[in-house]
Amino acid sequence: MRYEGAARRSQTYNKSIIDKIWNFFSSVKVGIGIIIVTLIASSIGTIFPQEMFIPPGEDPATFYAEEHGALGQIYYSLGLHNLYGSWWYMLLIAALGTSIIIASIDRFFPLYKALKHQRVTRHQSFMKRQRIFGTSNVNEVDTTMEKAQGILKKKRYNVFEENGNILAEKNRWARWGPYVNHIGLIIFLIGASLRFFPGMYIDENVWVREGETTVIPGTSGDYYIENLAFTVDFYDEDDERYQAVMEENDEEHIETFHTDAVLYTPAEGSTVGLDQELEEVDRHGIEVNDSFDFDGYSLYQVDYKMNELKEMSFEVEDRETNDVLGSFTVDLNDPDDGYTLDDEQVRIHSYFPNFVINEDGVPSTENNVPDNPGFIFEMEDPDTGDLEHTFLGIQANYDVSPDDEENRYEFSFDGIETNNVTGLTVRKDNTLPFLIVGGSIFLIGLVQGSYWPHRRIWLQRKNDEVWLAAHTNKNWESLKKDIDAISEETEVTTPQDQTDEEHEKSESQENNLHS
Amino acid sequence: MEQLSMNLLAVAFFLYLAATIFYAVSVTGGKWRNKEGRMTGNNWGKFGYITAILGVVTALGYFFARWAVAGHAPVSNMFEYTAFFAITLSLAFVILYGIYRVDVLGVITMPIIMLMIAYASVFSTEVQPLQPSLQSHWLEIHVITTAIGQGILAISFGAGLIYLLRTIDLKSKSMTKKTFGVEFIMYALMSTLAFVIVTNAFSAFDYEANFAYINEDGEPAEKLYELPPLFGPNEGELLTEERMQPWVEMPDWIVSDDLNTVFWALSSGLILYGLVRLLTRRRVGALLQPLFKGVKPHTVDEISYRSIAIGFPVFALGGLAFAMIYAQIAWTRFWGWDPKEVWALVTFLFYAAYLHLRLNRNWHGEPSAWLAVIGFAIIIFNLIFVNLVIAGLHSYA
Repeated sequence: MRYEGAARRSQTYNKSIIDKIWNFFSSVKVGIGIIIVTLIASSIGTIFPQEMFIPPGEDPATFYAEEHGALGQIYYSLGLHNLYGSWWYMLLIAALGTSIIIASIDRFFPLYKALKHQRVTRHQSFMKRQRIFGTSNVNEVDTTMEKAQGILKKKRYNVFEENGNILAEKNRWARWGPYVNHIGLIIFLIGASLRFFPGMYIDENVWVREGETTVIPGTSGDYYIENLAFTVDFYDEDDERYQAVMEENDEEHIETFHTDAVLYTPAEGSTVGLDQELEEVDRHGIEVNDSFDFDGYSLYQVDYKMNELKEMSFEVEDRETNDVLGSFTVDLNDPDDGYTLDDEQVRIHSYFPNFVINEDGVPSTENNVPDNPGFIFEMEDPDTGDLEHTFLGIQANYDVSPDDEENRYEFSFDGIETNNVTGLTVRKDNTLPFLIVGGSIFLIGLVQGSYWPHRRIWLQRKNDEVWLAAHTNKNWESLKKDIDAISEETEVTTPQDQTDEEHEKSESQENNLHS
Repeated sequence: MEQLSMNLLAVAFFLYLAATIFYAVSVTGGKWRNKEGRMTGNNWGKFGYITAILGVVTALGYFFARWAVAGHAPVSNMFEYTAFFAITLSLAFVILYGIYRVDVLGVITMPIIMLMIAYASVFSTEVQPLQPSLQSHWLEIHVITTAIGQGILAISFGAGLIYLLRTIDLKSKSMTKKTFGVEFIMYALMSTLAFVIVTNAFSAFDYEANFAYINEDGEPAEKLYELPPLFGPNEGELLTEERMQPWVEMPDWIVSDDLNTVFWALSSGLILYGLVRLLTRRRVGALLQPLFKGVKPHTVDEISYRSIAIGFPVFALGGLAFAMIYAQIAWTRFWGWDPKEVWALVTFLFYAAYLHLRLNRNWHGEPSAWLAVIGFAIIIFNLIFVNLVIAGLHSYA
């Protein structure tokens, strides 16, 4: 690296452990090594799906072996199914951050000093060392220098003069680009690590049925959401634009799905509990790409379930008289203990919203979602005083009696009601401002460093000669064009690009002759 | 209107072909100089440039006409994205050629653009309705910026390839890592060409072979082959009449029709490559080498580096920054380790490593050229493999 004599810490001290750590992380080679290892590690994580992408309910311990065979088993046992959350991946990112900080500090201050205090008249050997260097025999040294100065000024160089020698410099600020973008990256990485502090990040899911009001998880009871209505829209099958696709397959193409939502907060001073009063705060239609934002929280439309069972109606008949005793309707999400028919009473003995027979052979429920409701109803025979039990489920209707006798009362389905359920994600991410600031600074620094080249041209008078040397941090061909402008209009000849192969060859031949 | 837009793309394709020819003539045209006078050699390059610009304008005509028809920017499936990538590559070429005026860059870039358009047309070109998460202006902002970034980065591949063909000795008898590397790039490009030819040939005759088979869940299902089935599905039974019986039957956990397609692409590429080698008795790279005699290695090295220096910030903006904003809006989180996201990060890290390596003079020239080739391979991998093979949120095709 060219720091023109200013000292870097990493090249000054190498005694204590801190010096050694500093020197390790200040190396660009080490930095590149960390980037490459991170790159390879990241790509390995896409060979098989990460744990978060495997189907819900699957056990990763068996999923990888079953789905991807022996390789899957190895993948799982090495912990690669959760690669991006692993300690060593985090350590890699931390090492990357450390490298960025130390390598930047180690270089920035020396570079700043060197460029701030650079001299106009440089030593011969400095001039000769530059990639672009040439000497020209000139008759009119003064006019040549003056002309060159004018040309460079026209090309927007800052021209410094000392003892008749010239330093023309352009876009020095582009040299700070890498340091600016590294600062941005550090802010970004710090922002990303803040997620692990409590309260900075919330990621919850909530299902809300139509007409239902429920507390929003993650808001500590501060907010409630009501689902007024949920709708799914499909693309018009007759839309001319999509005719070809519509004809190809019969499946329906979803255009959008949408929740009409109302946000509530508990009224001040109302008692905490089930019956607390709620005050409306706001209402909003939630759609994919259009979240409901309030108080740092966002509600996103992510999922839905159509036609979930909501109510079931039953009719009861007396087998002895063939009279219909009446009917009743059960709210599957909030059933009552009992229902009154015209005269008789029906009691719910047991309710299984999602009926299964469990491992012990006992009737049970998988969860509280009424996907497969089952009931055991209880009625009293007024003549005998006996309690009768009937099991009712989807396509199931049995009399439950110890002695296999037929019950007096017969139940039958009398209709169902369904409704739609919306699936929302509750998100709060207080790290976003850091990421936005860090990301913006990064991009600004990147453009600053990439889109402007730092060019310097030295012109010095040596008796009847004018020496020209030039340096840039990128785009040498364009720098040469700037110099061509000088050699076209003045007596200065086109200098050599000392890395040109032809030149190198001839030079080495010359050296051989001399030695 | 949809037909008009497709016609514009076809016209653009032929304009790129014309530009290729003009640039090739401008490079080989040295012999003509004595007959036609001094300026001739230069003028062909100018014709090439004008034709390339016309190609870009026509291709953008396709893009905006289709945008008008569909109501959304045509960047939402494999055909649309690959075609747009080709357009951004031609746009990047027009910019970088404008700076450096190196004719051979056109000789190598224009055919790559044509190859990409041809490859895009293998996929379904129908206008598709957008799924809910894609209905956002961020789709346009994110994808268009990313494609422009990738287009500029891809120029570095063209320039890097020129550097390799210019500097590596491809005439020597013995095979080295370098000659193998160059020939492998040639084979990969020829495989793409062969694949496009084979699929178009069979679809021209509406080739279809339908199979009844037993899928991975043990259920009976049907599978449609659009290329002759060399690898048949599990317990497959041919339903279409007068079609060949598969050579081998695959187990149920292999996606047999995809394997069949890949095999067709690689083997027809091998046949094409082998034929050229057999007929000319030279390496394919050695056949092209005379075109690049006149170019200065320094200059193409700088073009390759500069296109990365220009393209990298654009890619970071579109492929990471805008991508994160869009992901936060559509998918509730700015980053979720979806394979496409990871490979965008891999691309970013790779070019970041490249830019840091360039700080060391020893990495200029040939090592940089190889890196530019690898970088392009990563971009193509992210486009084709991650979309079609690795399942994720970006699997739209």
